[in-house]
Amino acid sequence: MQVTRDFSHYVKDLGAGVSHIDLAVEGVSCAGCMAKIERGLSAIPDVTLARVNLTDRRVALEWKQGSLDPVRFIDRLSELGYKAYPFETASAEATEVAESRFLLRCLGVAAFATMNVMMLSIPVWSGNISDMLPEQRDFFHWLSAVIALPAAAYAGQPFFRSAWRALSSGNVNMDVPICIGVILALGMSVVETFHHAEHTYFDAAIMLLTFLLVGRYLDQNMRRRTRAVAGNLAALKAETATKFVGTDEISEVPVAAIRAGDIVLLRPGERCAVDGTVIEGRSEIDQSLITGETLHVPAEPGTAIYAGSLNVSGALRVKVSAASEGTLLAEITRLLDNALQARSRYMRLADRASRVYAPVVHATAALTVLGWVLAGSSWHDAIVTGIAVLIITCPCALGLAIPTVQTVAAGAMFKSGVLLNAGDAIERLAEADYVIFDKTGTLTLPELEVINAADIPSDMFALAGRLALSSHHPVAAAVAQAANATSPLMGAVEQPGQGVRAIVDGVELRLGRPSFCGAEALAAQNASLDPEGSLVAFSRGDEKFLLSVRQGLRPDAAKIIAALKRRGIAVEILSGDREAAVHAAAAALGVSEWRAGVTPADKIARIEALKSSGIRVMMVGDGMNDAPSLAAAHVSISPISAAHLSQATADLVFLGRPLAPMLSAIDYARKALHLMRQNLRLAVGYNVLAVPLAIGGMVTPLIAAAAMSGSSILVMLNALRARSVREPVSWK
Amino acid sequence: MEVMIILVPLALALGLAGLLAFLWSLKSGQYDDLEGAAWRAIADDDEPQPSARAER
Repeated sequence: MQVTRDFSHYVKDLGAGVSHIDLAVEGVSCAGCMAKIERGLSAIPDVTLARVNLTDRRVALEWKQGSLDPVRFIDRLSELGYKAYPFETASAEATEVAESRFLLRCLGVAAFATMNVMMLSIPVWSGNISDMLPEQRDFFHWLSAVIALPAAAYAGQPFFRSAWRALSSGNVNMDVPICIGVILALGMSVVETFHHAEHTYFDAAIMLLTFLLVGRYLDQNMRRRTRAVAGNLAALKAETATKFVGTDEISEVPVAAIRAGDIVLLRPGERCAVDGTVIEGRSEIDQSLITGETLHVPAEPGTAIYAGSLNVSGALRVKVSAASEGTLLAEITRLLDNALQARSRYMRLADRASRVYAPVVHATAALTVLGWVLAGSSWHDAIVTGIAVLIITCPCALGLAIPTVQTVAAGAMFKSGVLLNAGDAIERLAEADYVIFDKTGTLTLPELEVINAADIPSDMFALAGRLALSSHHPVAAAVAQAANATSPLMGAVEQPGQGVRAIVDGVELRLGRPSFCGAEALAAQNASLDPEGSLVAFSRGDEKFLLSVRQGLRPDAAKIIAALKRRGIAVEILSGDREAAVHAAAAALGVSEWRAGVTPADKIARIEALKSSGIRVMMVGDGMNDAPSLAAAHVSISPISAAHLSQATADLVFLGRPLAPMLSAIDYARKALHLMRQNLRLAVGYNVLAVPLAIGGMVTPLIAAAAMSGSSILVMLNALRARSVREPVSWK
Repeated sequence: MEVMIILVPLALALGLAGLLAFLWSLKSGQYDDLEGAAWRAIADDDEPQPSARAER
């Protein structure tokens, strides 16, 4: 059979005879890698552009149309030592990029306008106390108006739009007081300029927009980056399927290009990337990523197979079906939809703050106007004072208080191996006080491991490892890995579903099922030894040995669970696996609350029960069966090895084999929430000081400018503290 | 104070030039990869890099 790879699905035609492809690259972390990749790819003839984006860990390539096969770039990158895979930019990601650019453009306009208006305002402030002529002052005010009005009209768009959306749906958000403040300040300044007044607020209005846009841009950029990382992760999973293009010809194609009705080949040791039905072949499949069950399930023609299943022994031909046809998947999807609907719209801290803030600010301004009128002041003076109150209270620092902390904390989490899927995940994570773990693939590692290697003579184990290299069976892979085997034995033959055998120095070696190696008696004696694992036998002539293989616990699972308890977080295990397996894991980790054989619906019921008693549950899971409970929990996290659906549902994703990133995410989140609250208090505290001055009519534009920038800078500096927690960990 | 007739338009023109330069740099993709740009500045460029032009 001839195998080809076909990535034409990802190639974009830019016109003018140029083709373009984007590749996600793993392991690009420094300037050296960047130069190496760009030089290596540019050396291919006909490549017109090879540019690495270090922020997003991607390479953009352009070449003369039709002259090259994109497979060549991937091969070249793997020669250079980088794993790469093409990807399609999700439409959501493209929107985020466009939005990010728009905000940066607004920020640029606002910042330049602020600088220029300031340049005109400072002469006025100093001229007011020295010898400036009223005509000169008016001239400067008019110039300020010419700069500030169009700049505010352009740069204020994000706020005007959002405020309008909120108002037209009958709500009030933080942008409503911002817009009212800016519009009134500019309007009053124009009127005051007509009347040759001493003070105008063009600088305050435009500076306010600048600071707020900084916060908006940081917030947006964090979301954009999260989305880019998620896109890379999806691409680097390199999900391809081996599709039959003729009766005997197969081609490796990206899953995105597979359609229902296609026939794909599933070799032993491969993970199925599609949903479908077996039409030919017999094997056993490991569905632990879907159900949490670690025992293998037989597969034969007619058996439904789901994306994420691991084919264990024989080759299978699978007919691809549309995703929703499977009964199991349909059930999970239904539960997931319900959970997502029921997920009560969480009120972000910023929204809660603005809900209190806006009415208070507007009431204060209105009362100020009323008070001054009642005290005998003219309407004009009273309104000017009222607007000064609005300007001084405009939530400049408040707008920065939360996004700056989030950006810094998300960056720190990223460094320790945790990626954010949801913008408000940090706040919710900080509130979690109860953690529910799934067992299979979450507390345990997704790969198998040999647990009794020490009981076997090392030369025998090394032989077993070399023999194992000739098989694709996951158990064999675990044996080869444990023995550090590198050179396969010559003439090894695999008997599907049984094991591998080879003849070395005239003696037959066998590795496989106990029955295949004639070790049933030995296996029967040791059956009770390890209820969780499965037994493999190795024989050399009449010498027989048993290896016990199972999914090992993550290296630091016990330590992390102890650390969680020290932080006052209760721990529970809910698993779809057998009771014996879950009991053993719970005992080893010192977890007293555990349940086995739990269905997805049971998991949700348990979470709802905890929720209704006021507990904020964090769910940690990887299987497809966990997806509904990941959505139902207050906050959720998945390992990077998780099923697609779960990873997309979880609020956070952690990298690597240890559980430590999960713990550090909690620490960073708690620190971040503390700083967010502190920042809000700082911003409010500044208002408490400045508002009485404004009500008293003593605020000049100079005081407003100083107060506004001072409080904003204070809040930004405070946010930088979110980078450090007491026990920082690295995931590498 | 006659000097203002020259200085004020000059200052505004410079401000506008700065803004236009920023908008141009944004449009030509120079803000797309800030991390990479930081490293490119100190990379060895003894060897010619045919790729060293902006993405779009």
